[in-house]
Amino acid sequence: MWAFVFKRTLIALSVALTISVLCFSLLQLSGDLALSIGGPEATAEQVEQIRVEYGLDRPVIQQFTSWLWGAVQLDFGRSYYYQSDVMDLVVERLPVTTTLGIMSLAIALGVSIPLGVMAALKRGSWLDRMAMAIAVTGQAMPNFWFGLTLIIVFAVKLQWFPAAGSDSWQGFVLPAIALGYYATPAMMRLTRSGMLEVLEADYIRTARAKGLRTGTVIFKHALRNAVIPVVALAAVELGFMLGGSVVIETVFSLRGLGQLAWNAISRNDYPVVQAIVLIIALFYIVLTLLADILNAVLDPRLRAR
Amino acid sequence: MAQTFSPQVASEQHSVANWQSRLFHSTLNNRSLAIGLLIIASLGIVALLAPWLAPHDPYLQNTANRMVPPIWHETGSWTHPLGTDRLGRDYLSRLIYGTRISLFIGIVVALISGLIGTTLGVLAGYFGGRVDAVVSYLLTTRLAMPVVLVALAMASLIGGSMITVTLLLGLLLWDRFAVVARSATQQLRDAEYVQASQALGCPLHYILLREVLPNIAGALIVVATLEVANAILLEATLSFLGMGVQPPSPSWGLMIAEGKAYMFFQPWVITIPGAALFILVLAINLLGDGLRDLSAPGGRNE
Repeated sequence: MWAFVFKRTLIALSVALTISVLCFSLLQLSGDLALSIGGPEATAEQVEQIRVEYGLDRPVIQQFTSWLWGAVQLDFGRSYYYQSDVMDLVVERLPVTTTLGIMSLAIALGVSIPLGVMAALKRGSWLDRMAMAIAVTGQAMPNFWFGLTLIIVFAVKLQWFPAAGSDSWQGFVLPAIALGYYATPAMMRLTRSGMLEVLEADYIRTARAKGLRTGTVIFKHALRNAVIPVVALAAVELGFMLGGSVVIETVFSLRGLGQLAWNAISRNDYPVVQAIVLIIALFYIVLTLLADILNAVLDPRLRAR
Repeated sequence: MAQTFSPQVASEQHSVANWQSRLFHSTLNNRSLAIGLLIIASLGIVALLAPWLAPHDPYLQNTANRMVPPIWHETGSWTHPLGTDRLGRDYLSRLIYGTRISLFIGIVVALISGLIGTTLGVLAGYFGGRVDAVVSYLLTTRLAMPVVLVALAMASLIGGSMITVTLLLGLLLWDRFAVVARSATQQLRDAEYVQASQALGCPLHYILLREVLPNIAGALIVVATLEVANAILLEATLSFLGMGVQPPSPSWGLMIAEGKAYMFFQPWVITIPGAALFILVLAINLLGDGLRDLSAPGGRNE
């Protein structure tokens, strides 16, 4: 078991290193950094001074190692546009994005697990068909458009929730629905197929034969086993959601990481872009690592791989 | 003995008990295949015949005729059945020309990513060992990159255009092709006909292209439909955020972005292109679901 964890962690670390190289190249590709920092009015002398000050006259490898050493210590340099530490900006925006991610995940799980269970129990019924319909339509809906439609219906017409802003929890409801709905289909299908598989297992038949109540069999015996892969998938989906937050936070004007990323991209503020890409990638790497380990703890067969 | 016996009995009972529901599912799936194909074929024809079908020039501005509502509104007229946008351009004509952009990007992205993913996946699955380790590593790295964010950043760096978006998405969306091609090839590696051609001394490219590829094509086509849908949605997203197809192109995502400021009083400006996207992507997904059930019965449960 520990060998498995060690191996997976090693792979995760090297993937993280590769991603950081890619992020660093993004900054290099964006053109002459000294010119970007100096701005359009800087003279040739000032640009040269900036180049020395920021260490941009050093070899690329040296620049990379010092950037990486900074990144490990959570120092991502300074933003061109905001003129403040990138990490401060990120820390300031992180709570909004985490709240959004967790609420979206809660909504996605809250919809997909009950629906998936019911669809499996009543296979072929109208409920099953409705769940399938939700899955198919969910995958076909552009999430930014779904978000805008939610704003029109629930914020403008019905006025139940605010259309924008992250000051109160109500502001998170619509964006969390828009983001969570996107993850629902995959989790629902997995719950449904997991339940169908588990319900046919011998121990469920035994439990039923013992005369246990149907509710006990379904919730204590079947669901508990069927839900394990869904939890692992949920971890991975949370990683995707952090990536998808760019779109939803822009639509709902939430002051989170995604919106910061979009602003930074449209202002060519590459230190910020590179830091956010790296941070979201790291989140994803850690979440998948946890999901892998969780799966391996629960299913020893996977450790052999 | 008992161990091999009981599952068989169980599965037989299961199949009898669920005979009706399976029949129901198979007709449903054939129907979804048919509906999907029908919609895609009609939209394909619309895209091809756009110059003849569009009632107006999609780029022609008419400031005297801005924000005309669609026909189902009281003030709508048949001159502009779906109304006009903020620059007075005919919405229906723009929608019709937009079909071309979505279909082109969807198909070309699936071809590029399919080529990359299939090559990597087949090599990993066929050779195993180190090749497999390298491909798996590339795959893990690719999956850790947030697609929308990376595509946005790269597009802003290079400059957003239809070609940029197509190439970027093509280079990013190969992961599912690689996963499916890898596992499908692994299963074929020890097949008798593959071993027979190895024994006959067939060259490697013959084995991979003539023996392996045709036998994994079914699974790859299903992935391709999913990726076409995925690419269309991502193009719309990038264009919506201003880093994709640039104005004045009638990309559906861009139409939604341009209509955003008017959506509170004239919701149809975003409802119409959004509905078009939804119908196209839904049709492709229905086709994909139908194809999956044709190629692997029972594959519905994943």
